Amino acid sequence: MTQLVLFNLFNGLIIGAFYALMALGLSLILNLSGVINFAHGGFLAIGGYLAYMLMPQIGFWGALAVAPILTALIGIAAERLFIRRVYGRDPLYSLLLTFGLAFMIEDGTRFIWGASTVPFAVPSYLSSSLSNEFFFLTGYRVFMVALVIAAVAALFLILGQTRLGMRIRAGTLDLETVSVLGINVRILRNVNFGLGIYLAGLAGVLAAGMLGLQPTIGSSLIMPSFVAIIVGGLGSLPGTLLGGLLIGAASGVVTVFYPSASEAVIYVMMALVLLVRPHGLLGEEGRF
Amino acid sequence: MKSSKSPHSTSRRQIIKGAAAAGLAQIASPFVWSARAADNVKFGLDNPLTGVYAELGKNEQIGCELAIAEINAKGGILGRQVELLVEDSTSADTGTAVQKGRKLIERDKVDFLLGNVNSAMAIALGDLSNELKTLQIVTGGHTDSVTGTDCHWNVFRVCNTTRMETNAVAKTLFDKYGKKWYFITPDYAFGHTLQQGFEASLKEFGGTELGADLSPLGTTDYSAYLIKAQAANPDVIILLQAGDDAVNVLKQAVQFGLDKKFHIAGAQQELEVLNGLPPNARIGTWVFEWYWKQPGVPHLDEFVSAIRKRTGGKVPTARHWFGHVAVWSCALVANQEKTLDAVKLAKALENFKLPPEVALMPNDPFYRAGDHQLMPSLYVGEAMEHGAEPEDLFHVSQVVKGTDAALPVADTGCHLKWPT
Amino acid sequence: MRLLDRRVANAVILLLLLTAPYWINAVGGYTALGSRVLVLALAATSLNFLLGFTGVLSFGHAAYFGLGVYGAGLTIKYLYANTLAGMAVGVAVGTLAAAIVGVMIVRLRGVYFAMVTIAFGQVFYYIAYQWNSVTGGDDGLSGWRRVPISLGFTTVDILGSDKALYYLILICFLVSVAVMAALLASPFGRTLLAVRENERRARFLGIPVDRHIWLSWMVSCFFVSLAGTLYALLNNFADPHDLRWDQSGDFVIMAVLGGMRSFWGPLLGAVIFVVLQDYVSSQTENWMSFIGLLFVLVVLFFPRGVLGIIGRKTAS
Repeated sequence: MTQLVLFNLFNGLIIGAFYALMALGLSLILNLSGVINFAHGGFLAIGGYLAYMLMPQIGFWGALAVAPILTALIGIAAERLFIRRVYGRDPLYSLLLTFGLAFMIEDGTRFIWGASTVPFAVPSYLSSSLSNEFFFLTGYRVFMVALVIAAVAALFLILGQTRLGMRIRAGTLDLETVSVLGINVRILRNVNFGLGIYLAGLAGVLAAGMLGLQPTIGSSLIMPSFVAIIVGGLGSLPGTLLGGLLIGAASGVVTVFYPSASEAVIYVMMALVLLVRPHGLLGEEGRF
Repeated sequence: MKSSKSPHSTSRRQIIKGAAAAGLAQIASPFVWSARAADNVKFGLDNPLTGVYAELGKNEQIGCELAIAEINAKGGILGRQVELLVEDSTSADTGTAVQKGRKLIERDKVDFLLGNVNSAMAIALGDLSNELKTLQIVTGGHTDSVTGTDCHWNVFRVCNTTRMETNAVAKTLFDKYGKKWYFITPDYAFGHTLQQGFEASLKEFGGTELGADLSPLGTTDYSAYLIKAQAANPDVIILLQAGDDAVNVLKQAVQFGLDKKFHIAGAQQELEVLNGLPPNARIGTWVFEWYWKQPGVPHLDEFVSAIRKRTGGKVPTARHWFGHVAVWSCALVANQEKTLDAVKLAKALENFKLPPEVALMPNDPFYRAGDHQLMPSLYVGEAMEHGAEPEDLFHVSQVVKGTDAALPVADTGCHLKWPT
Repeated sequence: MRLLDRRVANAVILLLLLTAPYWINAVGGYTALGSRVLVLALAATSLNFLLGFTGVLSFGHAAYFGLGVYGAGLTIKYLYANTLAGMAVGVAVGTLAAAIVGVMIVRLRGVYFAMVTIAFGQVFYYIAYQWNSVTGGDDGLSGWRRVPISLGFTTVDILGSDKALYYLILICFLVSVAVMAALLASPFGRTLLAVRENERRARFLGIPVDRHIWLSWMVSCFFVSLAGTLYALLNNFADPHDLRWDQSGDFVIMAVLGGMRSFWGPLLGAVIFVVLQDYVSSQTENWMSFIGLLFVLVVLFFPRGVLGIIGRKTAS
């Protein structure tokens, strides 16, 4: 039994890492611009579909490299056209705006690629279990968690070591002062949004390897991402990372004992965390 | 008051005008919806066109549309032209499905109601059509109670009950692959009744159930379930998921290499799922409710090519067949009885045999009188990467008669109450 | 002048609602559509009591709506086939649950409050889904119908006559709306507005903010669960989806669409949302793009909702 729990804990952490990847993108956007991006799942789907289209031409690795970048470009365009008009307003408006965008994206993907699930094939050397000892892992999951670790590390590196990252961090704390100091806040927000959507696109390519690729692929993944952010605490990226891992682990462990509650448990967890710590685990007072 | 002629308000107005014009170009004026002739015979299809069941609903619609074109070419119903009114029930919101059903019956005055893929909606619509005394054929909702405890005199069903599916394949699994089974079941009525069906068979044959796990609908990560199944070391791992859940669980099962160590099987499987899987995940033993490649079945090739014309070259699936059968069943009895009266047609549909050009399968399918369930043939076979043709993804090894697989009427819990 | 305008507006709205079953067919609608609009309008108005007038966003109101649906359905199916009893039980269950949850969450604010309401909503959704021996699970609660109401001297056949059902729903709607309006006009209501405008200042003035938010929450959930019982009667069906967060989202959208700051806003929002969705989804299977575009346009250009435009026009 303990063995089973450990295996599921492990797998839960891997899935949690995936949730964290999505949630980090959401969190980046939320922290700097105060925008609740309900269309994040839609961008995830776009990332998956773009990879599906590119794969015959440039192979899996090519698609993995290019699709998130293209998705980020679409995100940047969306930010320019729509999102930037709701800055400074109540977050409710950004929620409704992006909710509308999510509807349009879902319908758009269904219109372009059809309602059918499309076959997305990952290379066979990724798509098998590792060995008999590690039968509880698949090559694909190991690859996925490695990619997530790389992406998260790169993200924190960008935020910590580059000028762009410094500006984003400063902007998260006090955007007005940053603007007064001469930084072009418009471009900063735009690039930040693009960065967040890049992570969504990347998550989309990864998700398509494990799940069926069809227009609603993003909508089942968006709620756990929000829960991860809340559990970890708004305004804190390490919190989001922690939140994602925690809900993944909780879900995995609960599946051993009470499988049908594996989805409900993340909501119970969120409720419990908020009742005890109203700002999430690592969140700061005064943000939202 | 200063006049507000700021540049923003002008450009704002222009954008809105543009958007409104674009929108209106797609939609005709609300007051002109009655471009329909008042004396057409109308079918109302209340099926999901958006959400997770969109593909299945759409395929059923295409089957219906083909049937209607064929019927009109042959002179229509009672000499009148036939038309299809389609409403999107959505995939999850039963309130909307019921609303649309009411709209079709009360406002649009359809003569026949068709739908729904979603079992909950099929039940709710059955109750509605019963209240409004309209003949309904359930095209694709599989929960047993539609022709069981929730049956109505005016409701018939084309697709199989879950018990028919499990009974069709259980013996094959037991004889060929082994006695020890492990279930991974989606946690809703469809999954539960499939599992119960298999458990009844296991008991009858003397097999053992090593374990069973319920997975919530829409589960994205099946690793926990697959690991548990592996640890139990069964002969057969039974996966009862449908639709997207089936794509997810099979993709992941293959990534865990389970198909190399155990036999994977289940009950209902659909071509839409196999199409959505990468080729290496097209594995397992399943039951199909209809298949496009059946050598020797009359009229099948015409149907396949007619559907191919409507789908941009894709072969028909069971869903196309469900829609086609449903519409034709109504048309045939209406022309036979020379009436559109729901009670008379319902009585005529009982024991009604589908003619070969509609049946498109062996063994003369007919609607059973006691529960209004169609008794078709079921196809047991294995999924394969592809056969001689790239669209041939299922190898049929056995055809089972529906009457052999179905529960006797007395055991279904159906008690039909006819209007007095 | 403005008071007269408001009275005229109220009278016009009342007249339109009272006569709806007679003109609705002429404009391409049907009475059941009108009933659906009213039920959802009641839910949206109840939500707006909390959102527009107290400044607190709940994204989990469908939980209490859904408890109303199930309360009514389970009562009629298993306990006592009586419409008023079903409604009473549904409202009681929804309000009780709201009372308990409200006490727990009233400390939270902003996005956290919204998310925790989702959390509780999802838990109730999960219970309705899981407990399928009682609730029917994913197949929903079926096999029952609304029961004609016997008033001693006559029977109101809400089962056979869709007009009768419409008027029952209309009566409930008007009474609820009148009560909420009265509350908002009272000192209690004024305090809620103060809390909405500036919570910190309200606190400094000695107003027990948490208690006022809890009371507003209670009023809001009471009427939304009433709306739920009416929804059960309309559909003859209870479904777990009635409890999900996207159902809650619909209520929020209706409130914003029509105008959060005005009392009739949610009614107008419900009319637009329900009628548009019903109509557009009949014309094209790409209706989601149109509805999505509508949200985008509303947020970008009409944040005060449709009534906000009208208000601005009459002001200038």
